[in-house]
Amino acid sequence: MGTPATVRAWESHFTLYRTIWKSNMLGAFLQPLLYLVGMGLGVGALVDRGDNAENLLDGLTYFQFLAPGLLATTAMMVCTNEAMWPVMGGFKWMRGFHAQAASPLSPGEVAGGLALWHATKGLISVTGVAAVLALFAETRSFGLLLAVPFGALTGVAFAAPLTAWSATRESDNSFPAINRFIIMPLFLFGGAFYPISQLPNWMESIAKVTPLWHGVELCRGAVHGRLGVGEALVHIAVLVSLALVGWLAARITFARKLAA
Amino acid sequence: MPTDSNAPLITAEHLVKRFGDFVAVDGIDVEVPRGESFGFLGPNGAGKSSTMRMIGCVSPVTEGRLRIFGLDPATDGKQIRSRMGVVPQMDQLDEQLTVEDNMILYGRYFDIPRAECKRRAKELLEFVQLTDRAKSKIEPLSGGMKRRVTIARSLINEPELLLLDEPTTGLDPQARHVLWDRLYRLKQRGVTLVLTTHYMDEAEQLCDRLVVMDQGKIVAMGSPRELIEKHSPREVLELRYPAGTNDERASDLDGVGNRREVLPDRVLIYADDGEAALAEVHRRGSRPESALVRRSSLEDVFLRLTGRSLVD
Repeated sequence: MGTPATVRAWESHFTLYRTIWKSNMLGAFLQPLLYLVGMGLGVGALVDRGDNAENLLDGLTYFQFLAPGLLATTAMMVCTNEAMWPVMGGFKWMRGFHAQAASPLSPGEVAGGLALWHATKGLISVTGVAAVLALFAETRSFGLLLAVPFGALTGVAFAAPLTAWSATRESDNSFPAINRFIIMPLFLFGGAFYPISQLPNWMESIAKVTPLWHGVELCRGAVHGRLGVGEALVHIAVLVSLALVGWLAARITFARKLAA
Repeated sequence: MPTDSNAPLITAEHLVKRFGDFVAVDGIDVEVPRGESFGFLGPNGAGKSSTMRMIGCVSPVTEGRLRIFGLDPATDGKQIRSRMGVVPQMDQLDEQLTVEDNMILYGRYFDIPRAECKRRAKELLEFVQLTDRAKSKIEPLSGGMKRRVTIARSLINEPELLLLDEPTTGLDPQARHVLWDRLYRLKQRGVTLVLTTHYMDEAEQLCDRLVVMDQGKIVAMGSPRELIEKHSPREVLELRYPAGTNDERASDLDGVGNRREVLPDRVLIYADDGEAALAEVHRRGSRPESALVRRSSLEDVFLRLTGRSLVD
């Protein structure tokens, strides 16, 4: 007896995951591996051979530059998807959130259990990427241990506000648009593939306020041991604020949906 | 055992539920003693489910006073919910998980240790006759089986009060009878049942006492027998005439029985003595295609009180 309510709500998500963990973990490892071999080695060979290659990326090879960002982008992709369709399922399809709300769990605890699950899922997928990075000498470092929680935090910073919004939807019609118009642009312009200083000034300013850029900077800095404490704290503060605001908003939207 | 075992399990006084301007429940008074099987009857939109959600402590009371186990849902919702079981209108099972995992997962919400959940799940699946399906996933099960899993699951916390929202809607007759039998056994074990239904046979089978709701109000209350006696004569004579001629034929029958109702397909005559009414119909020279005398049922009461118009 005596398991915290939020953890009890989390257990249901974890129980479901246990039925698919083998294929999921294999994917979490293979996907970044293919991506890194394709982009990192292929594109990297071109970039590193170019003029002035040493100064372009602050002395990093393209592979070294690209690979850590994958920790943040993977967490973003995995967690945003967990914050859309499964949320609709909990309210409308399988209706698991209603089942939880009929038990002693409160709507806030239902939302909390899901947030905790998003952190867990983020951690699992980022660990898969970190395992791949550890295979390559260019990215093998103890900084990976720090980059894993940074990556997971990036995922939660996306999942929490999105969960709160998803809970207000009546259908899943608008979810693909989130992927197309928010997640894809961030993926392309969030500093994962090239330094955002390459962008026009106005775009650079936008990129700097997106959570993905903060996550990418944290992970890259951690892996290569170049992270200043001050800048780290700023990045972390941005991501933690987003996660907190999202979580509080989700408590409200879940209560509206479950306790009408 | 609680010391106040004679106090009513549920007390509702002038209970109101509003959604914006819409009044779903309009000041109802209900008292359910421990061990009783109590029903809410009514057409769709009568306010049954809103009432159930308030009793289930998920939907806040707009106005009035509600006490369950003597506790106030506004302040003790968690404690109340931990002592009751809920069978929702739509099953909320995780289709990808096994029957057993669904039960354990639900038990964990109540902070019941995993091993104990497992032990209770085994016992409860035996009770709903699904022992051989414990390791099966939910998805391939029939509607009746899923319903039985939902009922077994709702009992995992050994509730004193079980709320059932339309427990057999959409099931075939065999599946319904199996469920009724199980619910009757629960009642015999002392579990208080509160259910909503729009099946009259279900209400007659299961309910010691019931209320008929219409447009958020209670329009009648009593045991099934009492309601029939109070709101309908003892017997009903059902006459069938050739299609489309009911209205004109019916006028030949003025004064036969206590009351007459013309439906699209039948003419109903409510009478204390159905056979005598039929003899009178024949004496007047009226020749229906078929005639049937039956005891009046809760359905007659229900339709009389809530009208015959179709509610969607």
